[in-house]
This record gives sequence, C-alpha cells and structure tokens, in this order.
Amino acid sequence: MHRFRLEFPKDVAAATSLLPSHRGPLTPRDARVLAGGQDLLGELKDHLVEPDTLVSLHRIPGLDGFELGEDLRLGALVTLAVIERDTALRERFTVLAEAAESVATPQIRTQATLGGNLCQRPRCWYYRNEEAPCIKKGGAECFAFGGRNKYNAILGGGPSYIVHPSDLAPALVCLDATVTKTAREGTETIALESFFTLPSEGSVQRENVLRANELLLGVHVPALGPGWKSTYLKFRERESFDFALAAVALAVRLDGERIAEAKLVLGGVAPIPWRARAAEDFVAGKPNTRSTWKAAADLALAGAEPLEHNAYKIPLTKGLIQKAFRKLA
Amino acid sequence: MRVLHLRLNGDDVEVAAPEHWTLLEVLRYRLGLTGSKQGCDKGDCGACTVLVDGKPQLACLRLAATCEGHEILTIEGLLPAHRRAHPGSTDADPVQEAFDRCGALQCGFCQPGMILSARALLNENPTPSRDEIRAALSGNLCRCTGYTQIVQAVELAIAEATGAEPESPSWAPNQNPWTPGGALSAAAPVEVDPEIPGGEA
Repeated sequence: MHRFRLEFPKDVAAATSLLPSHRGPLTPRDARVLAGGQDLLGELKDHLVEPDTLVSLHRIPGLDGFELGEDLRLGALVTLAVIERDTALRERFTVLAEAAESVATPQIRTQATLGGNLCQRPRCWYYRNEEAPCIKKGGAECFAFGGRNKYNAILGGGPSYIVHPSDLAPALVCLDATVTKTAREGTETIALESFFTLPSEGSVQRENVLRANELLLGVHVPALGPGWKSTYLKFRERESFDFALAAVALAVRLDGERIAEAKLVLGGVAPIPWRARAAEDFVAGKPNTRSTWKAAADLALAGAEPLEHNAYKIPLTKGLIQKAFRKLA
Repeated sequence: MRVLHLRLNGDDVEVAAPEHWTLLEVLRYRLGLTGSKQGCDKGDCGACTVLVDGKPQLACLRLAATCEGHEILTIEGLLPAHRRAHPGSTDADPVQEAFDRCGALQCGFCQPGMILSARALLNENPTPSRDEIRAALSGNLCRCTGYTQIVQAVELAIAEATGAEPESPSWAPNQNPWTPGGALSAAAPVEVDPEIPGGEA
C-alpha cells in the first residue's frame, strides 16, 4: 500500500484544517478522510488514490452517535451495524435499517460508517482496475459503454455508466434526508438528493458535490408522518454478500384501499440514487392494486436505455418495484 | 514509523510499525501471530477476522494505528481467554472444541475467522437459529465449501451449552441434527405471485 502520513485530529476544526485548501473535486493525491476505511483502504491497495495524508476521524468525539426523536439525526461515523440493530430506529425508518443490513458482511458493517457508505466510490471493474485509464480516472472513455457492462447503468448514464454502489443512499433519499457538510469557511446543509450528481452534471470523476476541502458531518431524516410504511428490496447475484444488481427503496402512505402518497428511489441502476418521480405522482390517489403497481413500475423504467449486457435490469427492477408495493400493501 | 500501544489477547503490547500498515500486517509480520490469515487482503474473504471490542472486524481493512484503545482478540487469544474465564479448565473454547469434534475444517484456512465470527455471535446471542448462524458466518468464505460441518459445529456448541443431547447428524435441509426431534424452524413455503415477474412474496 502507498505510504501516507496518518493524522488524528481531536475536533472537526482541526480535521478540516488538514484537508486540501482547494474547492475543486478531490484529486488522487489530495488528503483523504478516513472513517471506517472499508472503501478507502481498498482504493489505496488498488493504487486508485495515492494521498500523502489520511485524516482519521477516530478521535473526534460526537460523530458516532444518533438521536431518534420524531426525526432522526445520524452522525457521519455511525456504523451500519448500529443502524441495522436499533429496534426503535427499524420500526420507524424500516427502509434505512433494511438497507443497512443488506450491505456487505457482518465484519464490514461493524466498521463501515454512514458517511463512508454515502461517499464510497463506484465498483465498476474498469474503474477498480488500476491498468484501465477510464473516464472516471481522468481518461477519455468509459470502457463499460462498449465493453463488459452487465453491472452498469440503465438510467442516467453517459459519459460514464457507473452505478452508485450505496444502499443507504436510495433509502435516505426516499426518506427526504438532508446532509450537512463543513469546511473551514463554514457549514452547509443540503438535500441528500442534490448531494449526488450525474456524470453529465458536475465532475465526471466524482459522484457527489463534496469538495476536497469539505467534511461530511451527518444526516438528518425528517419525521415520517403517521401511516407511512417503508421497505428496501435488493437483488444481488450472491445471497451472502454483494452489491445490488437492482434495489428499490419504497415508502407508502395508504388511505383505505388507495395509495395516498408514495416515495420511490431505485438503486443499482443509475450513477445516482434514482428517484422515480413520475411513478410517485402516478400512484398518488390510485387504488392499491397490482395494476397500479405494474403501471408505476413501467413508468419508473420508461426512460431506461440498457447497454449490450444489462437489459435484464429492466424486468428485474420492475419486478422489485411491484414486490415492494405488495410487501407494504 | 509509529509506536503502537495495543491491548491484544488480554495483554498490553507495544509494537513499532509503519503508519500505513494494517492491523493484519502488524499481527502477522511484527508480532508473529499468523493465526489471522491473509487471504484476499481486501475485504472479500473474512480469513483475517478478529474481534475488536467483541465485534468481528477485518484486520486487513483496519489500520493498526486506529486500534489503540480497543480490545483485540485473535484466534491465538481464544483458548487463554476461555481458561481465564473458567479457572481450572483445561478445555479450549467450546466453539473450538465443537469445530474439532465435527471435523469442521478441510484445509483450515478459513477456520480462525469462522471460529471468531461464531464466538462473537454466541456472545451476543447464545441460542441463534440456523438462519442467524448462517447470517453471522456469511462474511467468512470456506474455499473448500465445507459449510455444512461448520454450521453443525456451531449448533453443537449451542446444544452443549444449553444441555441438549446431540443426536446423530441428519443431512436433511432445515434439520438441526443436534436437537432431539430435529426440526429447526422450517423455512416458510415460498408464496408465488404469478402476476409479478420473479414474484415470490
């Protein structure tokens, strides 16, 4: 592994003072924030990033807890194991707990953090291959577009066709969460949905708007009102642990035999957590029946443009959407 | 180079290592504790599983310098820990004993990680179901695919701890061979919804 200096700042101000001073996207040499390290150490071992400094958050107090009232506040260092195990959190924000428990392995979930899960880099094998100078690494071309693209995007792709690897991201976007980030210049809270960027927006080399000089502090999830139910369904090739081929975060509020409102976000199919607003709008006020679910699934995938090897994701995702509605019926 | 103060297998250990070294590298190449295996070295196989503050973690994906102030247990520390907790005992940890009796190994490479994942599970939940055992071991790959005996070994350790008399093994799905009468909670029949593609409920 590349050699680096390891810093242990004692508070957030000291941490941000150790981050790069420029406001652009992170470059491979820029100092990196170390939280659980489950993605970052893999990137270091694969020589995808070679920072001179790692800024560990391990000794900063107060970032590894959560507060559950009507709403939910999560520090950036809360582990996925904590999120999946808290029964009160699971009862209220089921989609989030189910997403957390679907991630990786028990060992990884005890170290992996909320902040790291949201900021993790793509798993596309061209990106992860040190020898492949793909567009995510500053090259000219997305090799997945004309190459082996079974696991790549069917929605929102171009000029890169990665899928966002996070399970928590679709769940938290479904819950209308906001994210707080801080830099030496000040602190800012934005909707999590606008935290993530398509490759055709922002920088093609990044998946979010976090700048090199910024640190993610935590996430706020507003209260989900009475009558809401939620779930996260994830389909993967291997049941023990794997990234999603497709995933569905769904929250619904029922009114008798009808769907009053729904929030639907897809994972594993696009470079960002993909909110299916047309489907959400369609189901509002409709009868809670199979034909409504099927029409919603068709609408959610209406704009899909599969590559050579991933058209299977369209019926797969449509099936997951219908299963999610059925589960909450 | 950094001097680390680790709490390892019940002892206070001082060791110097480069800042970018993982806990696994320090265990194996500074301290000579080679029970934690270096398999994939990137979080896919679970062979380097150790317990940090009682929780299973991957030593290959944790920098050693971040372990200061935490209790680390490796496979080398499991038998001494059991004997410290049970003065006068000459036994190994019951999970180790059960792996031995069930022949729950072939090449043995995954065994330290398997045993530690199982120990962490039983510390938290002394009577897990078979599904819970499988979930707790899901991050440990056995390259010989010897999973049946591994799950049986954990079930044997549970049966012995709870006083149940083991019966001879049965290979039927969802049967716990170590519990009289046999059936663990049978898997619920899969409900198929023909209207939904791939639509089991």
